[in-house]
Amino acid sequence: MPGNSSVINVVVAGLGGQGVLKASGILADTAFRAGLDVKKSEIHGMSQRGGSVSSDVRFGDSVFSPMVPAGEADFLVVLAASQIEVARPALKADGILIHPGLVDETRLANKRSLNVALLGALARHLNLAENLWHAAIKAALPEKLHAANLQAFAIGKNP
Amino acid sequence: MPQHNSERRLASGNEAVAQAALDAGVALGTGYPGTPSTEILEAFDSLGGRAQWAPNEKVALEVGIGAAFAGARALVTMKHVGLNVAADPLFTAAYTGVTGGLVIVSADDPGMASSQNEQDNRRFAVAAGLPMLEPSDSQEAYDFTLLAIEISERWCIPVLLRMTTRVCHSATLVQTKGRLAPPSPPNFVRDVPGRVMIPAYARPAHHRLRAKLAEIATWNEDHGPNRIVDGERSLGIITSGISYQHVREAAPRARVLKIGLSHPLPVEAMRRFAASVDRALVVEEGDPYLYEGARTAGIAVEQKPEMYRFGELNVSRVRRIVAGDVSPEPALPTGKPPELCPGCPHRNVFEALRDLGCIVAGDIGCYTLGVLPPFSAMDTCVCMGAAIGVGLGLRHSLPPEQARKVVSVIGDSTFVHSGITGLVEMVYNPPATGHVLVILDNGTTAMTGMQEHPGTGRRLDHEATGRVVFEDLARTLGIKNIHIVDPVADEKAIARVLREALARDELSVIIARRPCLLAAGAIKIREKKANAGQ
Repeated sequence: MPGNSSVINVVVAGLGGQGVLKASGILADTAFRAGLDVKKSEIHGMSQRGGSVSSDVRFGDSVFSPMVPAGEADFLVVLAASQIEVARPALKADGILIHPGLVDETRLANKRSLNVALLGALARHLNLAENLWHAAIKAALPEKLHAANLQAFAIGKNP
Repeated sequence: MPQHNSERRLASGNEAVAQAALDAGVALGTGYPGTPSTEILEAFDSLGGRAQWAPNEKVALEVGIGAAFAGARALVTMKHVGLNVAADPLFTAAYTGVTGGLVIVSADDPGMASSQNEQDNRRFAVAAGLPMLEPSDSQEAYDFTLLAIEISERWCIPVLLRMTTRVCHSATLVQTKGRLAPPSPPNFVRDVPGRVMIPAYARPAHHRLRAKLAEIATWNEDHGPNRIVDGERSLGIITSGISYQHVREAAPRARVLKIGLSHPLPVEAMRRFAASVDRALVVEEGDPYLYEGARTAGIAVEQKPEMYRFGELNVSRVRRIVAGDVSPEPALPTGKPPELCPGCPHRNVFEALRDLGCIVAGDIGCYTLGVLPPFSAMDTCVCMGAAIGVGLGLRHSLPPEQARKVVSVIGDSTFVHSGITGLVEMVYNPPATGHVLVILDNGTTAMTGMQEHPGTGRRLDHEATGRVVFEDLARTLGIKNIHIVDPVADEKAIARVLREALARDELSVIIARRPCLLAAGAIKIREKKANAGQ
């Protein structure tokens, strides 16, 4: 598909309050810092109240629609085990599922950093420089959370 | 966020509108929170602009009109249903016109991610007779906001900027321009025939409006923000807004006419485009607005099958539209539905309403989730403020044993938005069985993300200001039975007070007051700060 063949499609899914939108924001910002075209889509409002939440991030040379078409995600990052089956239709047949089982949560200094730990697991598959990830994590979070989240990212990236 | 220099960054459509407003020297931004529009004014405030919440969209637009009469640039934001509330000033502001640029954002919600309907507000542009711009990404949200101000000042007319959920809440790259030349300073210049719409002045004003629209239509044909993406002549697609993005991906080889200013339509450009291709198809979300515009002008175009009028479009659906596929769409898993947060103070109220077997006239907010199990304690929800009027209508009409079970339930921000006139109606036309109004006062506009409102006594930027006290207001209006309960501190109180109120054939107002769990921490800090400042 002209202008679109190089696009990487990522869907981040979970439950309200888990940091789905924070994670998709960090991913989008990392791709932006890498000089790529980026689009990120999400839904606010009533659907966020404790229910399923998902956010799409697409990056590459040129991105059109901000939404990943169903069944075309290269990567599906799921923050809650209960949401894996709900979110799975987003993933293409040979797509890669990034799930909480990939991270030893007991090693996390802050349990709420699971979202960033799973970004670390995702980062293993993406050609985005480590320093860009770090910069995006720091830009998205208050300073007091930097250390815990950089640790979480490292645990996800190098389990 | 750097403010003044041209820069490239990743921003949501809402942030892009705010940045453009700042760069254009907009003096005042006002509106009422509503998904997906809410973040525009919050971003404008955090960038250093003057942003304020109004009690509702009608007041917001009136304030914006006043600012524009003064020669200032103004931005008024709302969700699609908010424009219904603001329709009264909207239609006549089209006649009066404006001096300073006035941009009105209507953020539509196709697919109803967080709304009670999916009305297509392009119809409002036609009905009111106002120009309408439709951005398709954050860059256009930025560019079209600037263009809206330009058009507004060139033709002295308010301009509608129609966003949709995916444009508002998607982050895409934006190249900003930095601060533009400031407008001339506000100054009152009297224009009685232009701004006082008695019939004698309104009649010529209507002619002036139509003449402006005719000029804008001519300008739009050759100079408007519409463009053709070249492609094969076998398929030509006419589109606008977010649908354009889906079209480029779903039909990469098609020739595309992208319409940026969709009222008044560039009809001749559409005619030439349709004639340049073998198959001319209109792809648009929602109502067949572009299609009807083309057909009315005698342009032979094909429209999407009716099944795609419902819900959002996306790449998969546009592929189906192009293929003429009307087979049933695959159902995707729905996921976990939203629910009232664990520990939410509304929970105890809905349990009491359920256990007392009440007929509940509900309203718009987080608490609409009281309709779902385990509460199943809401029977109607129509629009902002309707809890009170609908509850009264039920009371007037039902047999007394049923009428005595009717309760109106409304949130604090919604009460201020359009419940106060309902309360006046309750005093003025009380049902024979009396009535019970419950105001769920959690001290914030929770649903849209914890915005302040006149009942919190704090402004958009959370600084202290005048506060509307609900119990004082109800007392002043003549309500004798007023009860304030904390539904968390005393779990049984709400049921007891409700039972007593339902047993009386009188008017009662019950205020269930307890801060939203998600906002409580921030509210405490702000109250402390306000008290320290006294």
